[in-house]
Amino acid sequence: MINISDLHKKFGKNEVLKGIDLNIEHGKIYAILGPNGSGKTTLIKSVLGMVIPDKGSIEVLGEPIKKGWKYRKQIDYLPQIANFPGNLKVNELIDMIKDLRNDKGNADTLIELFKLQPYCNKKLSNLSGGTKQKVNLVLAFMFNSQLLILDEPNTGLDPNALIQLKELIKKEKENGKTLLITSHVMQFVEEVADEVIYLLEGKIYFKGTLKALMAKTQQTNVEHAIAALTKTEGYG
Amino acid sequence: MGKVLKYSFYDLIRSRWSYIYFFFYLALGFVLLFLNNDLSKAVITLMNIIIVLVPLIGTIFGTMYYYNSKEFTELLLAQPIKRSHIFLGQYFGVAGSLSLSLALGLGIPFAAYGLLKSNAIFDFALLLVVGIFLTLIFTALAFNIAIHNENKIKGFGYAVLLWLFMAVIYDGIFLLSLIIFEEYPLDTFSMIATALNPIDLSRTLILLKLDISALLGYTGAVFKKFFGTQIGFWASMLVLVLWNAIPIFLLKYKSSRKDF
Ligand SMILES: Nc1ncnc2c1ncn2[C@@H]1O[C@H](COP(=O)(O)OP(=O)(O)O)[C@@H](O)[C@H]1O
Ligand SMILES: [Mg+2]
Repeated sequence: MINISDLHKKFGKNEVLKGIDLNIEHGKIYAILGPNGSGKTTLIKSVLGMVIPDKGSIEVLGEPIKKGWKYRKQIDYLPQIANFPGNLKVNELIDMIKDLRNDKGNADTLIELFKLQPYCNKKLSNLSGGTKQKVNLVLAFMFNSQLLILDEPNTGLDPNALIQLKELIKKEKENGKTLLITSHVMQFVEEVADEVIYLLEGKIYFKGTLKALMAKTQQTNVEHAIAALTKTEGYG
Repeated sequence: MGKVLKYSFYDLIRSRWSYIYFFFYLALGFVLLFLNNDLSKAVITLMNIIIVLVPLIGTIFGTMYYYNSKEFTELLLAQPIKRSHIFLGQYFGVAGSLSLSLALGLGIPFAAYGLLKSNAIFDFALLLVVGIFLTLIFTALAFNIAIHNENKIKGFGYAVLLWLFMAVIYDGIFLLSLIIFEEYPLDTFSMIATALNPIDLSRTLILLKLDISALLGYTGAVFKKFFGTQIGFWASMLVLVLWNAIPIFLLKYKSSRKDF
């Protein structure tokens, strides 16, 4: 699905990615973990073509993404920060994205699922953070792309919405989608992820199944396993 | 690009500022034409206002729109849209809606005045063409400044400085150098200096068209010899096109290399 090799990116003097090699296979859920500022968002944005790498190559569905843009039709993306044009109403925003992608999507079921009907005619600038995040989720899940990239999807969600989100993620996996998810909530990762990618200091520090992670760190829960990974850093 | 342009344009023509801008020209046109029964005087006054105001509004609206549509841009960047089309679409949306306000705001009073029958139509048409060029040019320059400056206040400051330089300071330096180097032949110099500043170039074009090159001072005769001819006119148009094309090209170049 995605093939990344020797990816480097720095912002000014800040070297964020220092040689990432990564192969994302079809039909699995990957969790990208790492401390704040470790480059998770930068990695995701590189795949989307929003950040231009300094070095290295990225292929999506077998095609190099350099200078391309059509491949984004195959990707549904949930940005980490739900920034929307404040002067639009929720339904205007949804209609606009449908029009831009030339795809009707299935916004209505999602609007119902997240109980957004009362907000459809409200301007985005008047919505609370949690409600904006739900709109963000509607936009990310309403199309039927093969690849879903979710950057911190659980920020600001109430428990109910969180349950719906997990259901959605599971359903997408059953439909054969590939998912790339970053999150800080380990319990969430534990529940949904097949594989874990741990980013630290610009490199992939660990990649493998949850089982392999536990075995490597001799821990029984993900939170401790991640903590152990970070501690053993000095020993390689 | 069409869809991005459509949304930017709709967004702008719904904004209060487009109407204020439109009504300003409408009022200005009616006042000048109906209080001032001399058409060519009205055109000159209009020209003096347009030549200073249009670049200022283009610069301010351009930077403001770029910074205010940050969220829209981010949303678009994740969609299957070519990057350059996102920025060019927004640019033409702004420049297009400003040009529309200008053309309608001035066109309606002129039409009401019976312009279409009078032979001043060519003067008026040139005024509009120049106004639209200046809108396109200064909006493009503003987008360039904004895309290079993450900091809104800084970008805004540079944009206003650019306008101040082109509309005021440039002329000052130009006149000063004419005085200092009085004894040298300055025809070529003043012609080049005029052609390099789109505001000066626009003013010269209109004054020559109105056949009042006397207003241009001592260089008037020389100017008339060059800008007054067919070749001179088209050469000036070419310079205006370049003034527009180069910033658009630079915008395209920068936008394809920027991280978001
Ligand atoms: N557009 C940008 N310009 C400059 N620095 C950036 C930009 N985007 C991210 N960074 C920097 O890159 C580092 C990694 O950020 P990010 O990828 O957002 O981390 P994470 O998502 O893992 O928290 C941070 O130090 C951040 O400040
Ligand atoms: Mg992040």
